[in-house]
Amino acid sequence: MNEFAAQHPLLTVALPKVVVLLFVLLTSLAYLTWFERKVVAHIQSRWGPYRVGPHGLLQPLADGVKFLFKEDVTPAGADKFAYFLAPFLSLTLAITSIAVIPFGPREFTIFGQPTPLAITNLNIGLLILFAITSMGIYGVVLAGWSSNSKYPLLGGLRSSAQMVSYELALTMSVVGVILMAGTFNLSEIVQSQQGFHWGFVPRWNLIGAPMPQLLGFVLFFTAAVAETNRSPFDLAEAESELVAGFHTEYASFKFAMFFMAEYSSMITVSCLATILFFGGWLSPFPQTGMWAWTLHIPAVAFALAGLALIVHGVRYITILGRVVLPALGLALCALALLFTRPDVTDFIQGPFWFLLKIVFFLFVYVWVRGTLPRFRYDQLMSFGWKLLLPLSILNVVITSLAIVLTQR
Amino acid sequence: MTPQIAVFLVLAAVAVAGAVSLILQRHPIHSALSLIVVMVSLAGLYLLQGAEFIAAVQIIVYGGAIMVLFVFVIMLLNAGEEERTNLSRMARYVGVPLGVVFLAEVAYAIARATSHMAQASPQAVSTRDLSKLLFREYVFPFELTSFLILIALLGALLLARREDSD
Repeated sequence: MNEFAAQHPLLTVALPKVVVLLFVLLTSLAYLTWFERKVVAHIQSRWGPYRVGPHGLLQPLADGVKFLFKEDVTPAGADKFAYFLAPFLSLTLAITSIAVIPFGPREFTIFGQPTPLAITNLNIGLLILFAITSMGIYGVVLAGWSSNSKYPLLGGLRSSAQMVSYELALTMSVVGVILMAGTFNLSEIVQSQQGFHWGFVPRWNLIGAPMPQLLGFVLFFTAAVAETNRSPFDLAEAESELVAGFHTEYASFKFAMFFMAEYSSMITVSCLATILFFGGWLSPFPQTGMWAWTLHIPAVAFALAGLALIVHGVRYITILGRVVLPALGLALCALALLFTRPDVTDFIQGPFWFLLKIVFFLFVYVWVRGTLPRFRYDQLMSFGWKLLLPLSILNVVITSLAIVLTQR
Repeated sequence: MTPQIAVFLVLAAVAVAGAVSLILQRHPIHSALSLIVVMVSLAGLYLLQGAEFIAAVQIIVYGGAIMVLFVFVIMLLNAGEEERTNLSRMARYVGVPLGVVFLAEVAYAIARATSHMAQASPQAVSTRDLSKLLFREYVFPFELTSFLILIALLGALLLARREDSD
């Protein structure tokens, strides 16, 4: 088996990684909808999904089945080719972009072949990501145009103008980070953020030397929220004005594909924000000397979450919940036990902190959506061109000055 | 046939097919889409030559920025399908032969130029080397080009303004 693996690395190493990541990604996309509905519901003093499974945990499954069995209508006079192409383009590009994201520092072995914890590790990872994002606009544009309907056309026009405008600010805002790291490789960008100020404050790019990228991060995240067409920049699908914007005429699974694309790009942006500004997979604590206990945080966190779930689950209102929730809690506790093994403890550090940071950014996404009102269209345009873009150029100038001055 | 040549043939075929369909399509949006296919397959060809940076920039600038603008304008003007007309007499008797001659000339030139070209092995060109070349060796032409683009931009702005004030 190992010889076969060595001869066909594409088949035995890359393919399993792609399949596993795709499975994890699609599942987390489904549960991101649940997460968003729950968080927004609690912001608005509601319960959110509660009926389908304990705490609505089976809601994504029900939604998926519903999308699959809905009638798939094509509007009269639609441009068939573009109408079919648009959702495929959106989803494919959104999912492809996850391929360059590194999830951890350690290599692991499949069939005796060492391989990094990412689908691929490219020297121009960041540029490829931007290339894929820039192509993603076509999904929205084509959907709006090909539907042969007024509201989608307006939505498509709005969002293409918006995405073109904010892409500039998005790209310029990360130049500071690239200047500091001196590379486009995402793994190397993370590695360049290793170390600590005064022994305990992490040297992440957000607060790194020589120029903290605080401004860069605010610009990046704002532009990225706009780029992914999320609230408060979701003018493409402003339901009070445009019904649902570019995907008004889409039904059934094509509609679901647009939603999956949106959530997938949310995940990508969260990964990117983590990697570029928050040290990627790096732990916020030093792992040596008096800080060595922080190595056990993942195990303790999982164990506590598992115990809380068991205690809460046994008193749940439905019989199913009394079975499912404690079972989930037990699974978390078992994972926590597994994490206490020394080699696993070591391996799990990277992915644990990375996923924690991603979840934080996803929460911010939903939090922003639940809190801020939508922009007006002219406000959106002047905000992008007259505020974000000049500030991001300023950030580039200041950062390069700081680098030149400190290097002398 | 090595995998490189196979990939090259596929990408080249897609690029040529895209270019042909760009001309033959009757709807402007379909033409624009064909042009995007050409751009992306060209990026693939660059990648095959080890020019990662150029490939990414090709997609970002041409595939992403410029073509989005094309599509945007076509959508904004809501351009309909083109009418297909017969060839005019001028095009039939002068245009077609001239086109064939020009094509033959280009094919001959390319064949002659590449016949004695050394087979350069694909080698990754780092972004650092590229920027050194751009900002040290060729800094003057580079800056001159950006001036040219700036002038074009200002000219476009001026033209748009004048129309506005009327």
